[in-house]
Amino acid sequence: MNKITRRQALGTTAGALTVLGLTAAATSASAASASAATTPSAAGTVDEVYQGRRIQITPGGGGHHGGHHSPGLPTVRIDGRELHVMRNADGSWISVVNHYETYPDPASLARAAVRELQGATLAPFAPMGGAA
Amino acid sequence: MTVRKNQAALTPEEKRAFTAALLELKRNGSYDRFVTTHNGFIMGDTDSGDRVGHRSPSFLPWHRRFLLEFEAALQKVDPAVSLPYWDWTTDRTARSSLWAADFLGGTGRARDGQVLEGPFSYAAGKWNINVRVDGRAYLRRALGTGVAELPTKAEVDAVLSMPVYDMAPWNSASNGFRNHLEGWRGANLHNRVHVWVGGQMATGVSPNDPVFWMHHAFVDKLWAEWQARNPKSTYLPAAGTPNVVDLGDTMRPWNDVTPADMLDHRKFYTFDTEPPAASQR
Repeated sequence: MNKITRRQALGTTAGALTVLGLTAAATSASAASASAATTPSAAGTVDEVYQGRRIQITPGGGGHHGGHHSPGLPTVRIDGRELHVMRNADGSWISVVNHYETYPDPASLARAAVRELQGATLAPFAPMGGAA
Repeated sequence: MTVRKNQAALTPEEKRAFTAALLELKRNGSYDRFVTTHNGFIMGDTDSGDRVGHRSPSFLPWHRRFLLEFEAALQKVDPAVSLPYWDWTTDRTARSSLWAADFLGGTGRARDGQVLEGPFSYAAGKWNINVRVDGRAYLRRALGTGVAELPTKAEVDAVLSMPVYDMAPWNSASNGFRNHLEGWRGANLHNRVHVWVGGQMATGVSPNDPVFWMHHAFVDKLWAEWQARNPKSTYLPAAGTPNVVDLGDTMRPWNDVTPADMLDHRKFYTFDTEPPAASQR
């Protein structure tokens, strides 16, 4: 369980290792290993490295969400940049990078975003100054 | 009067005129304002709060008005252009002429999803992705990757036969025609097409891909077909619903147009094939 696979080791860039520190990277990578089955803590906090990207999830109350949403949503960050997320009435989740497909929880939503990004960096909320 | 045609029936000259008008809107900056508006509503519309463009009854009239504004912008460039629609129940593979290099270009390459062919490829130099949710400035697609199959005619027919326009709680959890067409519930029509195309079409900045307009022109046509099949049904809710646009309420961002104003598309355009019963309404 604590082994970092060759693929994950290769997928974690030197930059990410510098940011996280080696211990944090090893711990997080193990959490994201094979099945990517990180169990969020009771509080819903996630801090893991998935396909070389750091995913951090802080439960509701945090984050300003660009002023768009009521409080209570978790803050989801990928390599420190906030991912705009939304909760559906049935309890499933979507994000601005996977907007038309639902996910059962913020962690699987964040991992889907990492796959979609293919290494690209998230842009700040409200590109080009927001809604018309 | 504007006639919206099936994209599969366009002549080479009509395709050239449509893509040229798109490129001109991109060049003069109008295009990106539509992308910005759409993403603003995508992020602002919530199931438990104010909702106008999506996950609500006004999904259909809001997009009808949004497409009308876009079509008017195209017609300022070239009065002969109208929005084509993509019937994805018929043209349902990446081999469709829709995706040929003389029209929208095809799917993206495996490495980074980048579209390499056609007038909207990054390499052609006229289609920068400026309003974006991540750092990538090139148009991306992954046709048929996020989900294998586009909706079928049978799946569409089942949704068109639902007689009630929309139901409480008027959001992504609703039963009824609107939410089944939008795709948050049931077989999943509109949402699934966004996922099938992939790339920017799967994101809040989906109008970055010109196929957005053709997809929504067909969703809009399905609304007209539903009206023809269910002549006694109408837009709901009628009045007094918190956070939701009732029949006579104005819609943001225009604030001068209501769902009631949008019910009859024939005030604005017709389709190359009008739904059979529509003339009797």
